[in-house]
Amino acid sequence: MVKKTVGKIIIIFLLSLIGITMVLPFYWMIITSLKTPLEAIQFPPTWFPNHLRFRNYIDAWKQVPFPRYFLNSVIITVATLVGVLITSSLAAYSFARMKYPGRNFIFLSFLAMMMIPIPVYIVPGYLILMKLHWVDTYLALTVPWLANVFSIFLLRQHFKTIPKDLFDAAVMDGCSRFGFLIRIVLPLSKAALVTVALFSIIGSWNAFIWPLVVTSKDALRPIQVGLAYFVQEQSTNYTLLTAATTFTIAPIVLLFFILEKRIIASFARSGLKG
Amino acid sequence: MKKIFRFLGPYFYLLPAFLIIFVFRFLPMIYAFRVSFYKWGMGGAEKFVALRNYSTILKDSSFWQAFGNTIYFSIGVVPTSLLISLFIAVLLHQKIKGVRFFRTIYFLPVITSVIAVSMVWKWIYHPQVGLANNILQLFGVKGFNWLSEWRGILQMFFAFLRVNFPIKGPSLALYSLIIVSVWKGLGYNIILFLAGLENIPGQYYEAAKVDGATRWQVFRHITWPLLSPTTFFVLIMTTIVSFQMFAYVWMMTGPPAGGPLGTTNVLVYYLFDHAFNFTRYGYGTAVAFILFIIILILTLIQRKAVERKVFYG
Repeated sequence: MVKKTVGKIIIIFLLSLIGITMVLPFYWMIITSLKTPLEAIQFPPTWFPNHLRFRNYIDAWKQVPFPRYFLNSVIITVATLVGVLITSSLAAYSFARMKYPGRNFIFLSFLAMMMIPIPVYIVPGYLILMKLHWVDTYLALTVPWLANVFSIFLLRQHFKTIPKDLFDAAVMDGCSRFGFLIRIVLPLSKAALVTVALFSIIGSWNAFIWPLVVTSKDALRPIQVGLAYFVQEQSTNYTLLTAATTFTIAPIVLLFFILEKRIIASFARSGLKG
Repeated sequence: MKKIFRFLGPYFYLLPAFLIIFVFRFLPMIYAFRVSFYKWGMGGAEKFVALRNYSTILKDSSFWQAFGNTIYFSIGVVPTSLLISLFIAVLLHQKIKGVRFFRTIYFLPVITSVIAVSMVWKWIYHPQVGLANNILQLFGVKGFNWLSEWRGILQMFFAFLRVNFPIKGPSLALYSLIIVSVWKGLGYNIILFLAGLENIPGQYYEAAKVDGATRWQVFRHITWPLLSPTTFFVLIMTTIVSFQMFAYVWMMTGPPAGGPLGTTNVLVYYLFDHAFNFTRYGYGTAVAFILFIIILILTLIQRKAVERKVFYG
């Protein structure tokens, strides 16, 4: 019994040690963001600010157009989310429930497209945008991401588990194919839809390399690109930089704390990294 | 009329997704493949050069440096991340209180953007007033120039021991990025392992308990073999992701990024640099296809493994 308790204490000690390693950078970020510039570079460092200086947040917010960056990210995130939910539900429904010539071929081609990682895709994607004269537009930031194969695949797997009898019964009652999708399939697939939505939101908010490449105008920059350039320009002003970083991650961290169980379960089931 | 509509119906459902994926995934790749055989700049095609872009890349010493750095990065990240996350997952699986709390904390870096993470770690690595050197100083260790140290970590280690050793290893700057990457990705691997552990039937453990097996024996003969599909998945996934590393280099190194002395220049940064800083799209697409082949091979290995998991799992 004693041996067991000692074992548990050691385990909790180890887990806490790693927990501290995970949290410490966040803690350091937040306390730096509340210090005066002088205190931030003082040695030995203070583990809690002498005076809480909330002004850093206001200063950072005003230094570069952060409101604009936020707005851009919200626009991109919402547009992508709505687009992905609509296009993926429709396509997944056709793959899961309908029979038509070319279905399997198209599905396999889609899966092949999934193997193209974003870094490989940026130059080809950029060249197409140049052809369309879309570089430096909201279209470039949203349209290419309005559909993605991963979401289609995930929803298709889920739609396939809905029994065929249900469909036959609904048709007998005069339900159309589209009505069946709206009234029965989607309400039965809430968990899968939430997973798709969460990946879409986190992915859009955190996206960096694509918006970096396709925008050069300040007014079009989403939050990550805005923050990245802010860091380059203000390379020494760490109180403002940490303040900006804190409000940049706040929306996603908040979402994470509200839906923590759902988000972790979604990641555990998928093979995709956010 | 109704019959035609009935036949065409499915295609209407497919159309929106198909259009996007065809125009913005498939077409660009075909188009880019053509571009990779040209000298192609700001204004478009300049000259057909056949395979010369590819041969120039393969003769470019900085490409091979970037290739080597990417391999170093993978070797630095993958085994470390795998072992630590497996260890933590096994600890978390011991039915102790507060599992959910720990899991949440470990997962926090995963949902945080690479840009935010890079910013915070750049501050931690600050050579004069950064947290890393401050902590080292508490133990009487003189700090490091983390992100601007070009000397290899093995070189530094053996110089400290006053031993001659021929291999330099990744620069400390690259190793600093490895640490950040492991830190950020750990939570994701932990939950993948946890999911794997939950799939192992409890009766095996009960049987082992009856037989009086030690903790190590249980791990060695039950957990490890039954967890192998998950382990393999995590291994390949982490490798693929580590081959795509870019933002840390852009954010934390230099100026110029990729420094000091090109020791943090990785394949994706090399690609970005040529395509967008020098607007050499033909050359850039050729690099993209070489990177694509490397990642494709890794992906196919993973697919094969997943199939095996389905058949024998």
